[in-house]
Amino acid sequence: MDTLNNILTYVGLGFVLLGSIFLFLGALGIYRMPDLYNRLQAGTKASTLGAMSVVLGVGLMQPDWLIKLLVIIIFIGVSNPLSSHALARASYRSGIFPFFKKKIDAYEAEVEKEKMSAETHDPASKCGNK
Amino acid sequence: MSFVRFVKGPTAADRAIALDTLSVIGIAGLVLLAFLFQRYIYIDLALVYAVLGFIGIIVIARYIEKAL
Repeated sequence: MDTLNNILTYVGLGFVLLGSIFLFLGALGIYRMPDLYNRLQAGTKASTLGAMSVVLGVGLMQPDWLIKLLVIIIFIGVSNPLSSHALARASYRSGIFPFFKKKIDAYEAEVEKEKMSAETHDPASKCGNK
Repeated sequence: MSFVRFVKGPTAADRAIALDTLSVIGIAGLVLLAFLFQRYIYIDLALVYAVLGFIGIIVIARYIEKAL
């Protein structure tokens, strides 16, 4: 049993180290990237993986807490992509455009179509949005 | 480093992204502190902080979109 505990402790330490490296890279991406969408990409993906790895590492080192830590891991994995999607959509709709020259922009046509249909079908919804 | 972007960011959405990353880093830090001090209650704190941060980011995004 003692050997198993030692192995779990070392594996957990490895996970914590890996996760803190990923968290550092996410913060570096937030600081260094030139554009809002690049920042969103770097920050969200790297920090999601880093936080999940740190929490899993602590759960391996302390197996009594593993259930609640698994709840935290699942919640981070669900909520972080959702919030990044909401932020990207909001910033596109509020008129912040990508830094590089765009070649393909599929979402622009979608937004235009929505605007057109809102103007033609019921003009009362122009002042109230959504 | 994320806090620098939070202070410096040109638009409000940059600040919101930095705040999101800061809250995730804070969750990982709380779990690590719980392990260092051997306090089980910090895990609950991290869970509540995750939920509240998620709700806050969604509300900020809806506000930036001017749909709130």
